[in-house]
Amino acid sequence: MSSEPNDHPDLAGLRARYPAIFFRPLSSRLAAPLVLLGAAALLVVGLYLLEFSPARMLAGLHQLVWITLMMFPPNPGSSLPTYLAAMGETLSIALLGTVLAALFALPVSLLAARNIVPSAIFRSPIRRFLDTIRGVDTLIWALVWINVVGLGPFAGVLAIAVSDFGAFGKLFSEAIEGADKKQVEGVRASGGNALHEIRFGLLPQVLPVIAGQVLYFIESNTRSATIIGIVGAGGIGLQLAEQIRTLEWQNVSFLILMILVAVAAIDFISSRLRFAIIGRRAVA
Amino acid sequence: MTAAVSILPGPQLAALNDAYRKAVARKRMRMAVAAAVFAAALFAASVGAEVNLRTLFTYIGNFVSYFDRILTLESGARVWTDIPEWFWGWNKWLWLLGETILISYVGTLSGAILGFGLSFVAAENTSPSIWLRFVVRRFMEFCRTVPDIVFALIFVIAFGLGPMAGVLAIAIHCVGALGKQYSEMVENIDMKPVEGVRATGGGWVACMRFAVLPQVTAGFASYSLLRFEINVRGASVMGFVGAGGIGQELIVAIRKFYYSDVSAILVLIILTVFVIDIGTGWARQRLFGQDGRK
Repeated sequence: MSSEPNDHPDLAGLRARYPAIFFRPLSSRLAAPLVLLGAAALLVVGLYLLEFSPARMLAGLHQLVWITLMMFPPNPGSSLPTYLAAMGETLSIALLGTVLAALFALPVSLLAARNIVPSAIFRSPIRRFLDTIRGVDTLIWALVWINVVGLGPFAGVLAIAVSDFGAFGKLFSEAIEGADKKQVEGVRASGGNALHEIRFGLLPQVLPVIAGQVLYFIESNTRSATIIGIVGAGGIGLQLAEQIRTLEWQNVSFLILMILVAVAAIDFISSRLRFAIIGRRAVA
Repeated sequence: MTAAVSILPGPQLAALNDAYRKAVARKRMRMAVAAAVFAAALFAASVGAEVNLRTLFTYIGNFVSYFDRILTLESGARVWTDIPEWFWGWNKWLWLLGETILISYVGTLSGAILGFGLSFVAAENTSPSIWLRFVVRRFMEFCRTVPDIVFALIFVIAFGLGPMAGVLAIAIHCVGALGKQYSEMVENIDMKPVEGVRATGGGWVACMRFAVLPQVTAGFASYSLLRFEINVRGASVMGFVGAGGIGQELIVAIRKFYYSDVSAILVLIILTVFVIDIGTGWARQRLFGQDGRK
């Protein structure tokens, strides 16, 4: 028995038993601080290169406070009907764009799924194609479509349809790859051909997942649809950008409030529908 | 004697069949109603969005020929036959792309730092007080619902044209988006270490630092990397409203019909997004293994 009181732990013994904790190599001890230091240094360099300065910050914040004060109380002025129509346009763009994207993405996603098309030679060009579409922002697609069909909400619908096509293609094909093989094999065993396998073995498993994703995208597209008007593709963004540029701050705050309320309402409705379709557990 | 499948007597069977048919009919009815409502919504939407199939079919050729045009140099040759001519502005464009990445980096990091601080206040299990939690949550909701480009529009007026407005817009949006994801992660932690720290007399800050933080760091980093990816895409269009980055060049090229420039800049943006995607994917995998994505 040692003569030392018990509140001194046996350090030497601990060191011997847990060398990994007491004698970590220098490289692993320095890794985290070095990464943090590098990240912070890059932040500082970035702030410098992007022309941040305390003076500009202060002046801007002063302006911002002033603008915020000007926003109260939110007031649509005399253009409430215009705004409501624009909001309707935005919701229409979101709904139609998402549905169109889903319709076109479904067959393509079958071609991009590993369990349907096993050969990588056919699959990977389709995947790269979907990635490319996804890499381009919705706003850029909106500009392209404005060149094709002219200004207005129709260009917005097409922009959302195209950019979501990329996202859906990927998500759907992942859902299809995650489907259970046994049901497909069952259909094959009872003499079904490839189309039967997809229709009766695969789609019943995949459709609820897809429906959930489509609803989720309608939700998030309501957000995107509010901004594509900024480049002229219809909807409430057009009004918003106009009011911001003409410094009508009370109208701006009213429009922002409208967007917040509409997005919250769509969120609520679509999450209820989502739960109804796929059950509460599957989403969590 | 062979075991036979027992067949129910007629009247009993009829009742069961009837119930079955009714259940199926009810389900079919519900499906039909849902489909009708959906079709009506689509119809209303197509009126609202001024969908005009005739316009589409008349001009769909434009869509194809637009790509034809942006892939043609002024001399009439295809762009890939003369790469130096196609990417004539690569010097300036690469610089602007660097600026775009830097905007999203600085924006994401400063948003992440703020969101990091707020997430402990917003999470149900670690929040010091209920009303503080309520206020922070509403604030974060506001930050992520208002699109970042709307913030950028307003900030351009307050802070002047340039990347600063873009950075601040992305940062604010990040506070909302990351703050929510972070706080959900904090809500999912194991509370026993927190109780342990509290039992040894640690205060709120000590609890967060020694009990919560070690459990969530990996997840936080993973979410931040994902958000950085998203923000690179967002920063590529910040220039549309004058908030810095490559978007400024792109919108000028599109508006002024510098066709081959449009495709060159688009190619550069897509490549950049790919590289960032692959890079952050690699970093996530490296840092947290397969399930780091969760």
